[in-house]
Amino acid sequence: MRKAFLPDAGGERRLFATRVVIMLAVMSSLVAILVGRLVYVEVWRHAHYAALARGNLTRPLPVIPPRGLILDRRGIVLADDFPVYSLTVEPHRVAHMATLLARIKSLIGFNRRDARAFTRRLQASDPYALVAVRRVLSAAEADTIAAHLHELPGVHLTAQLHRNYPLGGLAEDVVGYVAPLTARELARHPRRYAGYADAGQSGVEERYQRVLMGRLGFEDREVDAQGRLMKVLARNPGVRGDNLYLTVSAQMQAVAEEMFKDKRGAAVALDPRTGAVLALVSSPEFDPNPFVTGIGRRRYQALIRDPGAPLDDRVLNGLYPPGSSIKPFYAYAALQTRWFHPSRLVRCRGTWHIPGNDHLFHDWLPWGMGRIGLRRALEESSDVYFYKLAYRLGITRMARYLTDFGFGRPTGIDLPDESAGVVPTPRWIRAHDAPWYAGETVITGIGQGPLLVTPLQLADAFAALAHHGVRMRPYVVRGIQNPRTGRVHFTKPHPYPRVAHHRRASLRLLLADLTRVVSGSLGTAHIMAHRLPYRVAAKTGTAQLWSRPWQGAYKGPRFHSDALIVAAAPVPHPRIVVAVVLEHAGFGARSAIPTEIARALINLDLLGHVHVRHASASRIRYFEQARSRSPGEGAQAGRLLAAARLGKGRRDPVG
Amino acid sequence: MTNYERWHIDRPLFHALLALAATSLFVLYSAGGNNLLFALGDALRLAVGFVVMFAAAQVSPETYRKWSVPLFGGGVLALALVLAIGVVRFGARRWIAFGPLSIQPSEFMKLAVPMMLAWYFSRRSLPPRLTQVIIAALIMLIPVLLIAKEPDLGTAVIVLLSGVIVLFLAGMSWRTIAVVVLAAVAAAPVLWAHMHHYQRQRIYILFHPEADPLGAGYHAIQGMIAVGSGGIFGQGWLHSSQANLHFLPDSTTDFAFAVFCQEFGFFGDLALLALYLFIIYRGLRIAFAAQDSYSRLLAASLSVLFFFDVFINMGMVSGILPVVGVPLPILSYGGTSLLIIMADLGILMSIHGHRRLVN
Repeated sequence: MRKAFLPDAGGERRLFATRVVIMLAVMSSLVAILVGRLVYVEVWRHAHYAALARGNLTRPLPVIPPRGLILDRRGIVLADDFPVYSLTVEPHRVAHMATLLARIKSLIGFNRRDARAFTRRLQASDPYALVAVRRVLSAAEADTIAAHLHELPGVHLTAQLHRNYPLGGLAEDVVGYVAPLTARELARHPRRYAGYADAGQSGVEERYQRVLMGRLGFEDREVDAQGRLMKVLARNPGVRGDNLYLTVSAQMQAVAEEMFKDKRGAAVALDPRTGAVLALVSSPEFDPNPFVTGIGRRRYQALIRDPGAPLDDRVLNGLYPPGSSIKPFYAYAALQTRWFHPSRLVRCRGTWHIPGNDHLFHDWLPWGMGRIGLRRALEESSDVYFYKLAYRLGITRMARYLTDFGFGRPTGIDLPDESAGVVPTPRWIRAHDAPWYAGETVITGIGQGPLLVTPLQLADAFAALAHHGVRMRPYVVRGIQNPRTGRVHFTKPHPYPRVAHHRRASLRLLLADLTRVVSGSLGTAHIMAHRLPYRVAAKTGTAQLWSRPWQGAYKGPRFHSDALIVAAAPVPHPRIVVAVVLEHAGFGARSAIPTEIARALINLDLLGHVHVRHASASRIRYFEQARSRSPGEGAQAGRLLAAARLGKGRRDPVG
Repeated sequence: MTNYERWHIDRPLFHALLALAATSLFVLYSAGGNNLLFALGDALRLAVGFVVMFAAAQVSPETYRKWSVPLFGGGVLALALVLAIGVVRFGARRWIAFGPLSIQPSEFMKLAVPMMLAWYFSRRSLPPRLTQVIIAALIMLIPVLLIAKEPDLGTAVIVLLSGVIVLFLAGMSWRTIAVVVLAAVAAAPVLWAHMHHYQRQRIYILFHPEADPLGAGYHAIQGMIAVGSGGIFGQGWLHSSQANLHFLPDSTTDFAFAVFCQEFGFFGDLALLALYLFIIYRGLRIAFAAQDSYSRLLAASLSVLFFFDVFINMGMVSGILPVVGVPLPILSYGGTSLLIIMADLGILMSIHGHRRLVN
């Protein structure tokens, strides 16, 4: 084929050259744009994209450090961490899930409910994530799986640290428990709890959460586009939480809990010199371990519905009318006045009425106790004596002294959610109980009426009587130990301002008189006295109550009485104060149980044994000698007090 | 007479190609997950490419000119065949399967269309008249429409581009160019108004990949991350985290340049770009030296097309162009495209090697 006419070769070449040059210009500008873009992306924005690339391939994962241990005062572990193995599976690596599940089922327990839960989790997760087959494996199951792991492609054993309470419910009201973080807690403290799975929900676990939780570590993991782990780039294990040494003795705790078995009540033992809580028991107990992994709804409902209210901490939150156990504090208040004399005899005839009013107030002993002084009034727990005393003191003064002894407000113990109790101060009366009648003053005088105290307040106030009128703030954490250095930071006891003390020796006298409650032949706690090598100052109380039907679940008697005892030993320099409450104690043999518990706790602390007969002879001799060194302390104090009042106007307590 | 001359091989072009092939081996070994087998496959592919180039260089331009029409016709037929019996992969019907082999006729049209148009214009005096331009446009639109129907918009655009390049180099009058450009500009809003919502969305995503980082924008964003994290000197060979950890899809094919960028950095890019530009420069030199209108047009348009192949891929990876499936010549792993490119270069060598020494 030929061209139709002669080509203008030179013209075509020139035309072609022009076009190529134009094309070259276009191409050059495009190359310039491209190079400019590369400069922008690779040089100018390099840091940005490099960060993105790093972000692409590394995933920081939180590493939760071990939580601090909680130990009793002697180092017995109350709460520790132990690895829990869980069985997980990578769904994308499993060819046939049903076969795998059948294989797992042949190795470990795997019931239909587990299967259903697994199916639910499997559907919710994406195929490259690890899905838990069983959350918690027993040690034997973990071993079995580990031995067969090579036959189970895509199956992993992963270990996590879980909180464990090896002694179960022992001291659970002090220790508290750890439970999975709730969304609300996370929302309230998003920074503090970031990365953590659970937090203390009650007791020391809650109050000392920030000490126990340590500092979060992290792990930088290189992952591919599917999120699969390639390698661990960096690992910071975090800082493990500090260990807590409690003031509580596991031994005393165990003894008290055993004695409380199947009964409702509370016991608290303090060292009056420091405020250290030696035992804190609220019965019935519950096992905190199920809470750690998230307690089932049915189980939780059972705990909530239990009329014994095992979840309540009766020591901190149980509000009891103190009954006669409040009388020593009124006696103390009276001893500070100019008009009261402890040996002035008062006639107690079984009933009493306010002058000008013929409503009768009854004594617990219908025929009365005759003409008695303070010592016998305390020993036999005369009500008439204290009716008269209360009437003379007046509610304002009574409330002031009660407030001084710490009633009506939280004691400040280092445990969460403590109740304040109720003291009928003028302000409280204005707010809740106006008008106030004289009769209410009178019954408040024997610990009834609106007065409500917690066992802890009672023990702490009694400890003030036993410790020169200085009340110590109770505490349960003796020291915080840094696990790396081993150094312990001890809690410093904190004294509250001294209770108003106007009469020399009045405290010594009161304490000596209170020992008659145990040692006196008519003493209400005389059963305690048997073979005791030391003197015990104590006061019992019985609070009579009407129970309101509570959520319809309560089936017990409507009218019941709680038995209380508060005791301090050894007098004159007490080292332990115990307050015990037994709910629904009634009268008779059961009402002696608090006394027995108090004696057991005191013996355990002072002698090392629950029963005196097991204690070492030297220990017993030591206390007996101490007792004989100060034979008539009360008489002595009485003489001192009397001497101080010589020549002052003497009046009958009730005027 | 050296061996190069005897076998019609252009020595600078050949050396540049060897350098590119070596680069390809290194980059694909890394991008393919340090897989020696994969690199061997690449080597084999390149070897086949060189054989094709060598063979193409032995055929004289005159023969090419004679075979232009049948080749074009065959290509169009193959395209029609694809639409009839093609294999559907990734939602598009682009391949014809021959047992284990499958070929992509649309790639072939990148070569056949310039040949066809060069043949058409070589028989006419240049510059072409308007009617000739229209006829040429119609010729080239047949394969373009067939390819667009597959659908393979990227290749269709490139094939269209190859035809336009020939038209432009042939000397299409500026007035015609202006009219076409104005018509395109005027048609754009009308087209936009007639598009489906999802199509508009797709175009929007093409220009704003951040709007859908895990979907349509994923390629673009991961490519940009690979390029940007390369920096001035790069992370070093075998250290492209984007490819090794599979963040970058198509790291051995369309996004091989991104891997190259992350490993060798800005200076590496400049060197690679220089290599490509040298090949294009050499191709244009050959076009200038060509002795007849057919060879001249064909050589120039193949070179310019080669440039656009390179530019579109690099622009797409570095984020100035939307993501269209265009491989980087020679460097990317891709059978048909490599063979066509090597055939292009073989034709360039043939044009150079077969020129008559005495005019």
